Amino acid sequence: MSENVSGERKAWLRRQKRERRVVICSRVGVLLGFFGLWELAANLGWIDTFIMSSPSRAWKAAMQMGTELMPHIAMSCAETVAGFLLGTVLGTAIAAALWWSPRLARICEPYLVVLGALPKTALGPIFIVWMGAGVGAILTMALAIALIVTIMEVYAGFAAVEPEKLRLMRSLGASRAQTFGMLVLPSNLPTMMNALKVNVGLSWVGVIMGEFLVSKQGLGYLIVYGSQVFKMDLVMATVLILAAVASAMYAGMLALENVIKKHLGVTV
Amino acid sequence: MTVELRGVSLTYQSPEGEIEALRDVSFSLAEGELVSLVGPSGCGKSTILSIIAGLMPPTSGEVVIPEGRIGLMPQRDSLFEWRSIWGNVTLPLSLHKTSREKREQDEQRLRTLLDRYGLAEFAAKPPSHLSGGMRQRCALIRTLAPDPALLLLDEPFSALDYQTRLVVADDVCSILRREGKSALLVTHDISEAVSMTDRVIVLSRRPASVKSIHDLSEFGDCTPLERRDSALFREYFQTIWKELDVHV
Repeated sequence: MSENVSGERKAWLRRQKRERRVVICSRVGVLLGFFGLWELAANLGWIDTFIMSSPSRAWKAAMQMGTELMPHIAMSCAETVAGFLLGTVLGTAIAAALWWSPRLARICEPYLVVLGALPKTALGPIFIVWMGAGVGAILTMALAIALIVTIMEVYAGFAAVEPEKLRLMRSLGASRAQTFGMLVLPSNLPTMMNALKVNVGLSWVGVIMGEFLVSKQGLGYLIVYGSQVFKMDLVMATVLILAAVASAMYAGMLALENVIKKHLGVTV
Repeated sequence: MTVELRGVSLTYQSPEGEIEALRDVSFSLAEGELVSLVGPSGCGKSTILSIIAGLMPPTSGEVVIPEGRIGLMPQRDSLFEWRSIWGNVTLPLSLHKTSREKREQDEQRLRTLLDRYGLAEFAAKPPSHLSGGMRQRCALIRTLAPDPALLLLDEPFSALDYQTRLVVADDVCSILRREGKSALLVTHDISEAVSMTDRVIVLSRRPASVKSIHDLSEFGDCTPLERRDSALFREYFQTIWKELDVHV
């Protein structure tokens, strides 16, 4: 097959390759352009580095912190992972309960809508009073933001299982628990993976929000502390680190999803 | 006598009001017989299957069902993508606790069926590796897993394209004959009913009742594809078509 590739095919492959190269170069260009322009503006005095900082100053600030940064990164990561795992597991469990009892689902529906519409950050001060100013309040915050979305999305997935397959299970004499374990749950693995991905983002929002409010450690803490003492270099450095860490976590999620998909042969 | 329905009626409640789905439906199936139910769409054919399968009690009337399990083959193949072919065909067995000997016996029978119908080499693969026709075979073997006394086929070919449908109908028919099972086939396709089964039961519009029963023993031992070529086929098709009285 590789020997007799037609001329048109070759041309098409060349165009594809060129397109990919253009996209990658442009991406790198945007990145370099953004930081270059920022640095240039700072050096030429177009912007006030005291409030805007600059890439080199942010880099220096990060280097100054050095290994001191590690506990902060680790803390925020741990809180986020705990937040989205808890959110996904608890959300799935509640969605399962709603699937189990359609009456419960009907009763809960308006409350889920209200809780879904409420900006969960408004509850932050309440969580601090209840849980104390510490990790407990931050986790509750992360959970509050991720949980309702998970419940609604996973429940919608559970409720969307093909009636044909439910009828098949019933005709085979399957119990409700068997139907759930052998049909509803496995057929919704893609839904749950999706919820997990969304929860990574939501959990970060909750954790940073929580760290703004309480905490003595974490990336959110560094940002708030830095802005309060006007160390904008530190703030900018932390935001950039946060962007990198959050992206890495999301990429990890995608990789995990691919492994699971391949392993189970489930196609979304 | 494998199955008998005597004066079965069903009325169900919906927010829009009471709906009379079945009125005084009576028919029976002999052992090893293939019988089809045809009727206008939405007339309650599937409801009759649900009643025989014990998923729905009739409002009145009597249903005599055979001892042992009843296998329901749903519309589309309804294979579970996250289970291997083997996992799919053994699904009915894994739902009920049985003695080890019984289980081994059942599994042996399934292995023989997979082997006989060319699925053995795919046993460890997921259903996505199978063609539409092979998936249907797999679904049929899953239905045969509990060794049912009766099979209920609910428009099992409706998701297939026309050519595949003809071949799969032929295939399913020969498997059912070979395994000596009685089966009730629900379809809205007259030619499918006439080509596959021993008798055709024609249902009226809702509320469904039995309009007529056609005995197709004249065909002898023809396969579905052979039947489609015979002159008798046209005759039966025309008669049933007129009875169904389809209007646009």
